[in-house]
Amino acid sequence: MKKRKERIDRGIKVRSEDIFALTSWREMLYLSAPRLIPAIVFLVLPLVLEPYWQRVLLSVAIFALLAISWDILAQSGMVSLGQALFFGVGAYCSGIMNHYFGISPFFAIPAAAIAGGVICTVLLLPVLRLRGVYFAMVTLIIPLMIERVIEATKIFGGTEGISGLSVIPSKWLELYILMAALLAALFGFRRLMDSDYGLVLKGIKDNDRSVMNAGINIYWFKIEALFIASAVGAFAGAMMTHVYRFVGMPVFALDYSILPIAAVMVGGSGSFAGAVLGAFILVPLSEALRALGGLRIVFYGVFLVIFVVGLPEGIFHFISRKYQQFERWAEVEK
Amino acid sequence: MLLGTIVYAIINSVILILMSIGFNLTFGISGISNFAYGAFYILAAFVTWMLLNLLGFPYVLSILISIVFTAVIGALMYRFVLMRVRGQVLSEVIATFGIGLAILEFFRYLGFVGVEYALPVFIDESFMIGNVYVDMQRILIVLSSIVLVILLWLFVHYTSLGLAFRGIAQDERTALTFGMDSDRIATLSVSLGAGLAAIAATVIIPLGTISVSQGYDVLINALAVSIIGGLGSTGGVIVASLLVGFAQRFTDTYIGSHWTMIVSLLALLIVLVIKPSGLYGKQKELEERI
Repeated sequence: MKKRKERIDRGIKVRSEDIFALTSWREMLYLSAPRLIPAIVFLVLPLVLEPYWQRVLLSVAIFALLAISWDILAQSGMVSLGQALFFGVGAYCSGIMNHYFGISPFFAIPAAAIAGGVICTVLLLPVLRLRGVYFAMVTLIIPLMIERVIEATKIFGGTEGISGLSVIPSKWLELYILMAALLAALFGFRRLMDSDYGLVLKGIKDNDRSVMNAGINIYWFKIEALFIASAVGAFAGAMMTHVYRFVGMPVFALDYSILPIAAVMVGGSGSFAGAVLGAFILVPLSEALRALGGLRIVFYGVFLVIFVVGLPEGIFHFISRKYQQFERWAEVEK
Repeated sequence: MLLGTIVYAIINSVILILMSIGFNLTFGISGISNFAYGAFYILAAFVTWMLLNLLGFPYVLSILISIVFTAVIGALMYRFVLMRVRGQVLSEVIATFGIGLAILEFFRYLGFVGVEYALPVFIDESFMIGNVYVDMQRILIVLSSIVLVILLWLFVHYTSLGLAFRGIAQDERTALTFGMDSDRIATLSVSLGAGLAAIAATVIIPLGTISVSQGYDVLINALAVSIIGGLGSTGGVIVASLLVGFAQRFTDTYIGSHWTMIVSLLALLIVLVIKPSGLYGKQKELEERI
């Protein structure tokens, strides 16, 4: 009697498709739990954590925003190895607006997000036509170059950076603005990617020539995707500037490029929940390991390799599969 | 001063060639990303140092052992890590970069930072070219890289193993039908690339001290030179290193030493925007841009 492993949808999932979800509370709970849990967690956590871990939560939210920004680009077919560019440009825009023009953070942060988006899109415009690994390499190089140019020409404060920026009045305000932004980004971009617009973007990733054949101007779509992603990244950078009241060369560090990629690798690409989950796991892990000093980065590298090689689909897809389907042994029919 | 700058520019270019041929072999010729290249470079240097100073082996023996050791580590890295993600470029890059990061930071954690970590030069003499002092180690670098480049060119173009390296990058299935075991050849390619990194480290490191941050610089330089010259072409590597080497030295002398790295990065950027395959690249224009 030969057996094979069979994977079938769970009963509750089938019962809660379409309009039948309204038949009972259990079905509605099944559908809404995965959406409500992150929302409740992110809204309640700031209240129950102690100040040190609230700072960590801030970092989690900022890196989660960066990871979402990376995922938007990745789902449009543009893999970027340089999220630090968006982050740094947004941080410097906000710092400059605040320091040299005296604009308050409430206006500087949104303005920096949009200005950062425009600047990064214009910077990457010449290389938008490149594919695959070449685009990735250009995005890797530009932050390194900007870092060195700032160091060499000493503009915007040079190696010391701009410090003493104004602070957001209340600690709770900055935490909840970030949480709201994170949840809006997570659910909003999820909706965007599931819509027709997102379908075009995913099509560009799969086979851009066929999308061109359909009469769609892919360059315009790529520019828009780049603008959205860089605006999100710039927003994260601008928030970081006002939380730490300092901006300097380290905002272009390799760290801010690698962590979002690691978060999406760990959490799972293709759905923004994976990016947020990955950031939620990695950032506290790296904080907890801070006691080990230099060994922390070694752990990081090994952790990353194990995930890329062993669980390439990411944790989120694994959990989602277990949530929606179950496996059993079945007989092989003759 | 001009003669001095030119002489040191030639030597700088040759150092870049030596650093890049290993990377070009795996990434360009065989199509496997090995971003742990800088880590292998530093690993070889530290293994030689440890054998020389902690165990007291003779210098030549420690060099040979460290070259073989690095090649073996390269092969192991392919077998246990790269083989599973073969073909997905982003995963390869991230996995190898993670390994490189782990190795380099491990050395930094163990405290291998400082002036005492230096390898002795082979022959301690100097030369005079015109009115410029050049030490023997640098002459040795020039000689050994000429020999290595010629050997590599002959290997890749005229031996069956070298042709197999190129075959698995061009079209893997056709290569399989010819009986070339793609995994075995890729293992050999990665370990040869790592071995070349070890040889480069052996010859170049005695010029200064072994520093962990040099590992990242080596990787960026090798990447820049390989891409500017065109992945896979040995002639391209030579021309690109000459360009970048001269640009770096002249910027250093006449503009300022902060700008040297910016020059190589800028050159890379310009090449990627105008002609991504590089100077001698063989990749068709259609595949690199839409």
